[in-house]
Amino acid sequence: MGRRFTFLAAILAAVALSTAGAPPASADPLMINGAGATFPYPLYSKWFFEYSNANPGVRFNYQSIGSGGGIKQVTAGTVDFGATDAPMTEEEMRKLPGPILHIPTAIGAVVVVYNLDKVESGLKLTPDVLAGIFLGKITRWNDPKIAEWNKTVTLPNADIVVTHRSDGSGTTDIFTNYLAAVNTEWRAKVGRGKSVYWPVGLGGKGNEGVSGVVKQTPGAIGYVELAYARQNRMKVVSLRNRDGNFVSPTLEGTSSAAAGAAKTMPDDFRVSLVDAPGKDAWPISGLTWLLVYKEQKDAAKGKALVQFLKWALSDGQKMAAALDYAALPKPVVEKVDKALRQISSGGKSLY
Amino acid sequence: MATRTGRNPKDLAFERASAIFAFVVLALTVLLFAVLLRESLPALRKFGARFLVSGTWDPVADQYGALPFLYGTLASSFIAILIAVPFGVGAAIFITEFAPAWLKKPVAFLAELLAAIPSVIYGLWGIFVLVPVLRDFLMKPAAKYLGWIPLFQGPVYGPSVLAAGWLLSIMIVPFILSVSREVLATVPQRQKEAVLSLGGTRWEMIRIVIGQHCIPGIFGAMVLGLGRALGETMAVTMVIGNRPEVFLSMFQQGYSMAAVIANEFAEAGGLQLSSLILIGLLLFLVTFVVNLAAKWILKKMVARASRGIGW
Repeated sequence: MGRRFTFLAAILAAVALSTAGAPPASADPLMINGAGATFPYPLYSKWFFEYSNANPGVRFNYQSIGSGGGIKQVTAGTVDFGATDAPMTEEEMRKLPGPILHIPTAIGAVVVVYNLDKVESGLKLTPDVLAGIFLGKITRWNDPKIAEWNKTVTLPNADIVVTHRSDGSGTTDIFTNYLAAVNTEWRAKVGRGKSVYWPVGLGGKGNEGVSGVVKQTPGAIGYVELAYARQNRMKVVSLRNRDGNFVSPTLEGTSSAAAGAAKTMPDDFRVSLVDAPGKDAWPISGLTWLLVYKEQKDAAKGKALVQFLKWALSDGQKMAAALDYAALPKPVVEKVDKALRQISSGGKSLY
Repeated sequence: MATRTGRNPKDLAFERASAIFAFVVLALTVLLFAVLLRESLPALRKFGARFLVSGTWDPVADQYGALPFLYGTLASSFIAILIAVPFGVGAAIFITEFAPAWLKKPVAFLAELLAAIPSVIYGLWGIFVLVPVLRDFLMKPAAKYLGWIPLFQGPVYGPSVLAAGWLLSIMIVPFILSVSREVLATVPQRQKEAVLSLGGTRWEMIRIVIGQHCIPGIFGAMVLGLGRALGETMAVTMVIGNRPEVFLSMFQQGYSMAAVIANEFAEAGGLQLSSLILIGLLLFLVTFVVNLAAKWILKKMVARASRGIGW
């Protein structure tokens, strides 16, 4: 008992010392609160950290509670900005107290990963074959429909174990949006959404859940974010894109999907990048957005937020690649920069 | 009562204060139920009793039913109890009756330490250790040789209702073990000696004293474990496969009530959210009914045991 007490006391002393050594906080920094998507969280926290270092007067508090939660909180006005991986629906927009801007910040890619012992990374699949697997119509790895595109590969005579996300997520939304865009049967039978009724397969919670199941189950196939697949060195599928080329998922390929869509990008940026045109375009990509009200109630906060967004579009984009996010292509950045000029407070632009 | 004359005012104040605390607990339960009921009304109105028997869970079509989750929760908890009770009670008997003194404390301590491990750790361990082991050494051979029994039918993927039940059993063993140990310790030494002195073997002694004294207590331990198993969320969702379907084989994937709430709540809205809350209400009721039934059975058992009727 006595020993346990001294141990506890030692910990307490250590904690006390470490906090005592920290420098005192600067006088009342401006605190900007945000909440939403988990997918861009690593990038955002890097941005917040770097930006606050350069501008000590501004601090950020971001809760990565999921896109749906971000939309709910920004609608209720409990945060200064929201963040989402799926654009707000018309119904959600109607509940807002005022007009909101979708500010694209980066591009995410969803990749298809698999676990086949003797097959290298880069197995080729067409959109219809991928849909067939996730619809449960192609159930064995040596199915002629897969073998047709992979003549040089010896495919095992094994069950395909389909794996998907069990939690509602933007990743699932992008993936099912893609399948619905390229395959009519998927569109009719399953549709798209943050969670759907999967015809086959087992669910893992989060990217880590899906990659955990894929890694532990021979013959498994699943989908995760690009960053996750790269950091875990998982085998990824080469998909045939809209232009008919088999492409491996890369950051450049993801950016070029956005570049391909830039010409037709609507002014509110609520656009899907799946199955985008472009020679090298990775077809399962999507923008991620910050949600910012056009009319800012607090001018000082609004000003700081706009300055941060300007920084995120220029210096911030350079940090994306190191964290496995694809940067916005130039034409998109220019377009977003213009949109930032619409943010105002009391009739005055905060740009 | 409180108005009786001659009461010490301090006593009275204490009585009132503790009454308030008791009332708060009661009010919390009622409030919890009321809020769950209010929030689940849209789903209740739309689906009615159909919610209980429908096996569809399709967020895109906005059609929801609770049957697969109800079934998955009960099935995985049942498997867990089936595995954990013999383990827990057996270990408790060993510790109280057979283990040498130097072994008693470490074994009991380590077993109880199991209860302190966060469930997400159990879940990760389940994904990376338990599921592959079960798949290769139990499920695959069982599916091969016993596959003609629907309960053991393949295909075997790994994550499954059996894996969830097994993982849950490991999580509830400490509860069953420690309560059983307490119960066994209450047996009067004289009774044990009496059996032995009449020429009974150790086994007969254990059988008789457990039969006379301990069955109600062990049943209580089981209910405690069952309560934990019914509500367990993280560990279950990580190994059960999260497939909203009613299954026959233990090797198939299932889903539990707590798991679907944890999975879909953050991104749900509208009818989906309401349906999730309705599932929460059902889980509340299931736990309530299980506890009530357990209390009733326990009462009967205690009455029987006190009349000295063996088992």
